[in-house]
Amino acid sequence: MIPLSYFLGLSIVLFVLGAVAFFVKKDLITMFMSIEIMFNAGNLAFITLARAANSLDGQVIVFFIITVAAAEAAVGLAIILLIFRQKKTIKSEDMRLMKG
Amino acid sequence: MGYFLFFLLAFLCVGSVVAMIIIRDQAYNALLLVLAFAAMGGLFGLLDAPFIAVVQIIIYAGAILVLFIFVIMMINLRRGLPPEKKKWTLYLSLALAVILVVELALSIKGAFSVFESASLEKMGSPTELGRLLFTKYLYPFEITSILIIAALVGAIVLVKKREKE
Repeated sequence: MIPLSYFLGLSIVLFVLGAVAFFVKKDLITMFMSIEIMFNAGNLAFITLARAANSLDGQVIVFFIITVAAAEAAVGLAIILLIFRQKKTIKSEDMRLMKG
Repeated sequence: MGYFLFFLLAFLCVGSVVAMIIIRDQAYNALLLVLAFAAMGGLFGLLDAPFIAVVQIIIYAGAILVLFIFVIMMINLRRGLPPEKKKWTLYLSLALAVILVVELALSIKGAFSVFESASLEKMGSPTELGRLLFTKYLYPFEITSILIIAALVGAIVLVKKREKE
């Protein structure tokens, strides 16, 4: 059996890599993808802790997180598409105004 | 064997995310993300969560990434993005990333020793998970379905082209 702390360490590394990608990247779509990576690192930590506690509740919570992330991805991508239609750009630097 | 699988999947995950940071093309980024999410599904399988592993691969690596690729095709930037000029932000974010790793590892260091002593028994069959989902978590389950319908209708209304204007 692999030590569970390896999985927790991997989830920490993935979360931080997702955060770095979010701050380094300039286009909205890749920033959105790095948010999904951070979600996944959190899911991995949840499942590891559920395994350590011998409880299924953590897996149920991860199931809910995945479904809500699917809904969030649909709405977020729709918003990105609208921004591109209005401004013809998806660089995050070009978005300076709150008003369209 | 378990160790080999773990390190292979962990290497795939971390490597594809690092490659995603380096490569600037969005379509390649989406494909690398598919690889990372599939490897993550394998890791969930190693942790005795077969149902979550399948859900991860179907929903994340399947549905969500297909949405991403659709949007990338619709946006279709012909020239791609120009290269970034400010290099110091990269170095600053790398330094902050190292600090964040150390901070997170220190904050859960106490938890590591607890895990090693935890007794592990067999668990995680889809039958038990489904039973739990339809008894203890019935209300959250139904509310999630309403949330998904609301989000999908909202997305369609947002993107739909207005007829006047």
